[in-house]
Amino acid sequence: MTVQASNLESEQLPDPSGAPEGDVSKLAGKSPTRLALGRFRRDKLSMVAFVVVALYILAALSAPFLVKFGVLDPTSFNQELTDPSTGGLPIGKLGGISWEHPLGVEPQTGRDVLSRVWYGLTFSLAIALTATILAIVFGAVLGIIAGFSGGWVDATIGRAIDLTLSFPSTLMLLALSSIGIQLMADILPGTFSDPLPNGAYVVFVLALFGWPGVARIIRGQVLSVREREFVDAAVLLGASRRRIYFKEILPNLWAPILVVFTLTMPAYISAEAALSYLNVGIKPPTPTLGNVLRSSINYSSADFIFFFTPAFLIMIIVVSFNLLGDGLRDALDPKTHR
Amino acid sequence: MSDRTSDELPVSAGMPNDDPRPRGEDPVDSDEIDYVAPLEAHAASVADPNAKPILEVRDLKMYFPVKSSGIIRRTIGQVQAVDGVSFQVPEGGSLGLVGESGCGKSTTGRLITRLYQPTGGTINFDGRDISKTSARQLKPLRREIQMIFQDPYTSLNPRHSVGSIIGAPLAIHKVVPRDKILPRVQELLDIVGLNPEHYNRYPHEFSGGQRQRIGIARALTLQPKVLVADEPVSALDVSIQAQVINLLQDVQREFNIAFLFVAHDLAVVRHFCPEIAVMYLGKIVEIADRETLYNRPNHPYTQALLSAVPDVKQAAVGGRRERIRLEGDVPSPINPPSGCRFRTRCPIAQEICARVEPPLLQIGQRHKVACHFAGELGKHPDRPVTAPLLGVDDTGAPDPGATPSPLAANEPGYSDTWYDLERKTMASA
Repeated sequence: MTVQASNLESEQLPDPSGAPEGDVSKLAGKSPTRLALGRFRRDKLSMVAFVVVALYILAALSAPFLVKFGVLDPTSFNQELTDPSTGGLPIGKLGGISWEHPLGVEPQTGRDVLSRVWYGLTFSLAIALTATILAIVFGAVLGIIAGFSGGWVDATIGRAIDLTLSFPSTLMLLALSSIGIQLMADILPGTFSDPLPNGAYVVFVLALFGWPGVARIIRGQVLSVREREFVDAAVLLGASRRRIYFKEILPNLWAPILVVFTLTMPAYISAEAALSYLNVGIKPPTPTLGNVLRSSINYSSADFIFFFTPAFLIMIIVVSFNLLGDGLRDALDPKTHR
Repeated sequence: MSDRTSDELPVSAGMPNDDPRPRGEDPVDSDEIDYVAPLEAHAASVADPNAKPILEVRDLKMYFPVKSSGIIRRTIGQVQAVDGVSFQVPEGGSLGLVGESGCGKSTTGRLITRLYQPTGGTINFDGRDISKTSARQLKPLRREIQMIFQDPYTSLNPRHSVGSIIGAPLAIHKVVPRDKILPRVQELLDIVGLNPEHYNRYPHEFSGGQRQRIGIARALTLQPKVLVADEPVSALDVSIQAQVINLLQDVQREFNIAFLFVAHDLAVVRHFCPEIAVMYLGKIVEIADRETLYNRPNHPYTQALLSAVPDVKQAAVGGRRERIRLEGDVPSPINPPSGCRFRTRCPIAQEICARVEPPLLQIGQRHKVACHFAGELGKHPDRPVTAPLLGVDDTGAPDPGATPSPLAANEPGYSDTWYDLERKTMASA
């Protein structure tokens, strides 16, 4: 507080140091976003979470290139590294860890675990990110419209939200999976067993049942923002509905949207894994964190390292995203204290 | 993040480490001194008697529906926020609208800017009725009627820089090309007494008074003819109020803007408005020029309001003025009292007040009052002055023998003839 007061004074009083007038323009205003960033940087735990998330994204983005240039090889069989006499378990200690295969090899097939997990990050990110973005875009737009318009528009959207949320989503996801994937295969390039239609179906279902939660949160925020007088001022200036929605109200919603984003991402990463276990989603040999975990579950005692690696990775990513979301919420809303 | 820039300026101690200050916890508005306003140069505003009315409001009504709870929300009542208000605002003049909280003065302001759609009545702006204009057709009119908001902490979007707040009207109406917006913004900042270099700052970096100046600059951007000022200084520190009022007077003079000045501070209104209307429960109870209203109020409500204003001169003499205390609360505007709406708290109310609503009767050259017993404090008549005009007897019952006079009640503005309370006849100047 005192810092800010002195800052304010510095703008107004004649500069005691006699600095030339032109310097004033260099002292550009700090937007609320920049202030929040400053608070975020001082939060050590959040910064660690941020670094982990950044590494995750970097790894996910680099994997396709590493596969292309042969550094990672997630699909080649190395059956000479497995021992048929033990039921196909990897030869050597700790799941066959060696310099060539730092995280060991897969039982029976002998595929490199590091390559599969690393490449799997890419598909997990692709699914979770697309689903999150779709859910947030639809949720935010409908939430803003519902919150600002009120009346029958609000009531209609509200009922749609209730209806969607009361739907048995997992059941529908499983029951309709073959029809849904076939539909996706018809629209999108690729056949029934290709990664694209399977992934698209998961994205579609996650987004379909994800937007109502976002819309509810955003609607609540809009209800408080629209009562502020700057919205009236914008109406008075003759601003269009679109301008009011996206230029006046939306910038005030970045904080909740960002927090929803960072909390939805981990939910969808683990949802992808859970769906893989139920045999919905991208199928092997294309790896995702989910289907690597699924194939490792049978070996949870026989080859613990193989089971541990994807499970631990999912846990780390989910925890980091959650911590990042909490940290962002604290940074963006300084009035809430943990 | 700003270490580099703040190092260059030794006076700035570093980055602010907290969010926008919570309201009310302003650091001292020491910054206001940079606007050197010769206070003595700002005498009370004077009305131009020949000015044409630019805004004429006739029988304006705003009823808000009261909905029942439950799934099917039926309308079960109406809040009569504004109920038949008529007045004129002259070109470049200012009309003050005073009254206690909830009397409908802010609603009236918002009706004129068409933030609300009036339930009834007309709003004549520059010769055209804008009370029923659609939102699309209103857009060009938005340039002419602007508003200054009460709370400078919520009226500026915290996510926009000052430059984009003040420049928004220009961008929306495409008045000037994009690259000309910034020079115009800086010009406006200069007009309202802020540093033009501060266009890239954000509202939270300014104090309450400075924010209100930004709000004024935004309202001035489109060079409106009418400005509705909705309690523009009530959220400010008393020391800052005077400076903002002076600024408003300056811009009024410079750009010839007509003001509808909504306030509850009688001293501020007295300084700013040559003409004042007093509202009670959605109706105008007395409207007059400044001298008449403050020196010779005829309505008991106005008298009570004025008696609540602390008087420095009186205090210096040592005497205490008799304070008129009103009993009870303002009745609900959902179910207002019959007849005169003030009668439930009026010290001089009689039977007629419950039966017949008093018309807003012109009793002087520029003086109208809505009271059956209109008269100066202590000189209220015993018999209702309005009874013969309305064709009723003294208790308010219809009088078959009487002939009601045609009254120009609830017309905006003043007529050349009026009803003289002393002589009980029509008089003229």
